[in-house]
Amino acid sequence: MLLTVQHQTRYTYSQPVRGVVQSHRLTPSKFDGQRCLNWQVSVSDGIMGGSFRDGAGDFVQGWSVQGPVSEIVVMVQGQVETSDTSGVLRGHREIVSPLCYLQWTMQTRADVALGKLAEASAKADGSLNSAHSLSAAVSEAIAYKPGATTAATTAAEALALGEGVCQDHAHALIAAARHLGMPARYVTGYLHATEDDAPHEASHAWVEIWVEGLGWVGFDPANACCPDERYIRTGSGLDARDAAPIRGTARGVGAEDLDVAVAVQLNDQ
Amino acid sequence: MTVYFNEMYNDGQVRVPYRQLEEWMNNMPAELRQMKQAQAEDLFRRIGITFAVYGEGGDPDRLIPFDMFPRVFTSAEWARLERGVKQRARALNAFLVDVYGRGEIIRAGRIPAKLVYQNAAFEKAVVGIKPSKGVYSHIVGVDLVRTGPDEFFVLEDNCRTPSGVSYMLENREIMMRMFPALFRENRIQPVDSYPDLLRRTLASVAPEKCQGEPTVVILTPGHFNSAYYEHSFLADLMGVELVEGPDLFVQGEFVYMRTTEGPKRVDVIYRRIDDAFIDPLCFRPDSMLGIPGLMDVYRSGGVSICSAPGAGVADDKAVYTFVPEMVRFYLGEEPILNNVPTWQCAKSDDLKYVLDHLAELVVKEVHGSGGYGMLVGPKSTAAQVAAFRERIIADPGNYIAQPTLALSTTPTFVEEGIAPRHVDLRPYCLVGERVELVPGGLTRVALTEGSLVVNSSQGGGVKDTWVLAE
Amino acid sequence: MLSRTAENLYWIGRYMERAETVARLMEVGSRISLLPSSQGYRSDWQSLLQAIGSYDAFAKKYGDPVQRNIESHLFFDRDNPSSICSCIYMARENARIVRTALTSQVWDAINSAFQEMRDLERTPRSELDLSRLTEWTMRHSAQLRGSIEGTQLRSDGYDFLNIGYFLERADSTARLLDVKYYVLLPRIDFVGSGLDNYQWMTLLRAMSSHRAFHWAYGGEITAEKIAHFLILNPNCPRSLLACASELLFHMDRLGRQYDRASSARTEARSVLARLVETSTDDIFEEGLHEFLTGFISQIASLSGRIHESYLSGDLT
Repeated sequence: MLLTVQHQTRYTYSQPVRGVVQSHRLTPSKFDGQRCLNWQVSVSDGIMGGSFRDGAGDFVQGWSVQGPVSEIVVMVQGQVETSDTSGVLRGHREIVSPLCYLQWTMQTRADVALGKLAEASAKADGSLNSAHSLSAAVSEAIAYKPGATTAATTAAEALALGEGVCQDHAHALIAAARHLGMPARYVTGYLHATEDDAPHEASHAWVEIWVEGLGWVGFDPANACCPDERYIRTGSGLDARDAAPIRGTARGVGAEDLDVAVAVQLNDQ
Repeated sequence: MTVYFNEMYNDGQVRVPYRQLEEWMNNMPAELRQMKQAQAEDLFRRIGITFAVYGEGGDPDRLIPFDMFPRVFTSAEWARLERGVKQRARALNAFLVDVYGRGEIIRAGRIPAKLVYQNAAFEKAVVGIKPSKGVYSHIVGVDLVRTGPDEFFVLEDNCRTPSGVSYMLENREIMMRMFPALFRENRIQPVDSYPDLLRRTLASVAPEKCQGEPTVVILTPGHFNSAYYEHSFLADLMGVELVEGPDLFVQGEFVYMRTTEGPKRVDVIYRRIDDAFIDPLCFRPDSMLGIPGLMDVYRSGGVSICSAPGAGVADDKAVYTFVPEMVRFYLGEEPILNNVPTWQCAKSDDLKYVLDHLAELVVKEVHGSGGYGMLVGPKSTAAQVAAFRERIIADPGNYIAQPTLALSTTPTFVEEGIAPRHVDLRPYCLVGERVELVPGGLTRVALTEGSLVVNSSQGGGVKDTWVLAE
Repeated sequence: MLSRTAENLYWIGRYMERAETVARLMEVGSRISLLPSSQGYRSDWQSLLQAIGSYDAFAKKYGDPVQRNIESHLFFDRDNPSSICSCIYMARENARIVRTALTSQVWDAINSAFQEMRDLERTPRSELDLSRLTEWTMRHSAQLRGSIEGTQLRSDGYDFLNIGYFLERADSTARLLDVKYYVLLPRIDFVGSGLDNYQWMTLLRAMSSHRAFHWAYGGEITAEKIAHFLILNPNCPRSLLACASELLFHMDRLGRQYDRASSARTEARSVLARLVETSTDDIFEEGLHEFLTGFISQIASLSGRIHESYLSGDLT
């Protein structure tokens, strides 16, 4: 598929701030399933900082803005050619050991209920089957419902509630997988919605689970499938915070208001 | 009955390095000693050096007890220690470069992958980043104990920000002021080049992007921190700025400090704050001490951070067991300094041994420091041992055990006169373009009779440490 | 120099000068309260507290302005950010942070004031009379001033210390004058009376300037002479003009050291120019109170500029 992404994030400050610093993971990963044709990230009044590819293979770019400033717009646009690799992250250059993704975080801690869910879904015939079964169990246990949870909701809370968005699905699956000793990580990116799909956000998050012999394999419990050519992968981490596409702080006292608009369109070929 | 090695008297003889001190000791009347002791305390108070050893907490205005009786090494003894400490510092740095790169030592099966990659101190964020000159730990504090004329053991390594070096320098300063004659009679190697060497070491790891003379700063958590005195003392002696997080900011590819003349670029940050707090964008988002965006600048080569983020994985008490293995693997040498044999309670065989021999062992928490959360079997009551047993059984992975070492003693001034007290030693090895060690270190002394715990928070004091010239 | 270090030095100057001002104010207050007054001493104290912007906080905590409470409030009260103890505590805290930027004599002077202050805090109040407290404060203030002048390196740090001192002094002289003129004389028939003269003398005395005044002017004490002395006379160390020229002097030095212009320096120049070009006639024509109010707000604006130019570190 040839996908075009337009992603705009607008920060508005109630009082001018003295400066802003951000760290971006907004560039498509390099692997067999996707090829970047063109890609541009810009920050209004921004000074481009250092950039590098980190040990997990993500492209990180720093930005700073000198104040006083009341509004900042981060614009992402570009085209990516994708193909279906059945969820397997093949040809991705990274050197972080999968064992690093066994560490729990506040949001991905398995409570008793998550532990039970994990153990009930575990299969004796290999970790790939277990992973599929775990992902299905999480899809089942948490219904998609925007507004039911917040950015700070933990996996355990979302499971107890039985409702949530892609972040909650991902956290629950990560917690369950790690509970079984399977390395798992949070993945962020974009998703192109075809007409017959269930409603969801174009800015998306899913999970990768380490399967011995295959490597990292993607699972999207929010859509009950594995990522295919509709997905564009940009970054990963231990949880939503660690994998956030934009991390930043503003030096100032005012309140911050955030407005995000994302569109992922299919190009005519 | 354990026999402890007395560094001054052996087989009824005064050992060579202490010969000159015998006369000094015998010729000092009690009144003079008391007067000198009071004078020393007054000097410490005037200078403002107060008790604060990293992670030990306590009243920040308390004075650490200073014992005037020096601890002495011959140049030959020191030469061996120096080789051993430098060897260890090189191996630890090689290990850090390796585990944040391809992890050859793990692939070779010499150290378990789990121990490194699932270690809380392992920083995923710096994997693949090679710091300037390949140095992660620029100041390695190696804690040593002695059990015999030639027997030294390493208790632990401190690869992050070992503290206490200000005591090494101040103890010497005060001894020289109070007993100048002693320094004329004994040829004692000076330690006062340390601040210069430290500055040179830090400057030598400036990033490649730095042109001209590098700007070095010390980053402190602030004046409420218990080690603030040491931070400002070192900044002053090195002639560099002592900054707090809000004094620094990131712009573009570099870090700057706010000065009255406008922003000034900073090339090397000697930080005295933990990894978790240095950049709220990368680590703890609630950190008020850090510099947002610092890690991006660091990882793209715009600034050097000393010690490099992630260095803590090398001084973990469980990783410690493998340091001799690191020496063999990276340097192809045999370790000059021995480790204390260590039982990992995480291993079931070891755990069984430890539980069976608790009353003879010293048990420590893997991440503990400062002598807290530790059991000294032979010095504990049956009830204390029993209580500790429960704690170990509840969380075996959190504990390691070692035999109770017969720590050497040196003469120490006490209420009744002079008596032997147990000591340890922390030399400070500097690693930059070169590996250097000043001839001296911090000797800590357990002032309570019979005590083996030298931590200042638990009744420990400090001594000047002498290395005699050849 | 780090902006934060400059700021710490600047605040050492401001806090120590403020401690001295409060001590002087306590002295003026107690002398005035010895006088027969139509409203009673309470209203005099009230006006003094208003002058340092501390009245509301005082009224809330203590209610009526009783002499003993006023002394507690102005000297000991750590809840009052302008009390002498608060000022000395803050000055010492700022000094502790930048100890390596101070000579050991300067540190000793601040630290020993702080240590003695802690002893005073433990002393029963019945053993402490007001004059002992005010003299103690002025003695330590002078010791610190002396050690700064005698030992501190003449680098930019010295300038920031002094900028703090003179900014605070300019502000406090203006406020002390304003109290006298504006609040203490609500009834025009007192002007020129013997009582008035006595109060003017008390004011001069509080600035340790009554003898200097006689040497400088001689003859009858008049409102014009006092106004000239405390506002326009360059020889009086507390006059607004003297403070303004010291401020400019130190900012000129910074300008030369840093080789750059700053808005703070430009503003300091205009504050001084305005004083140089004015006369006591102009001041009385404009109204002394109006003139002083204007000056106080100029000083506040100058302190904002100093912060912007040197202390915030935001300048690029």
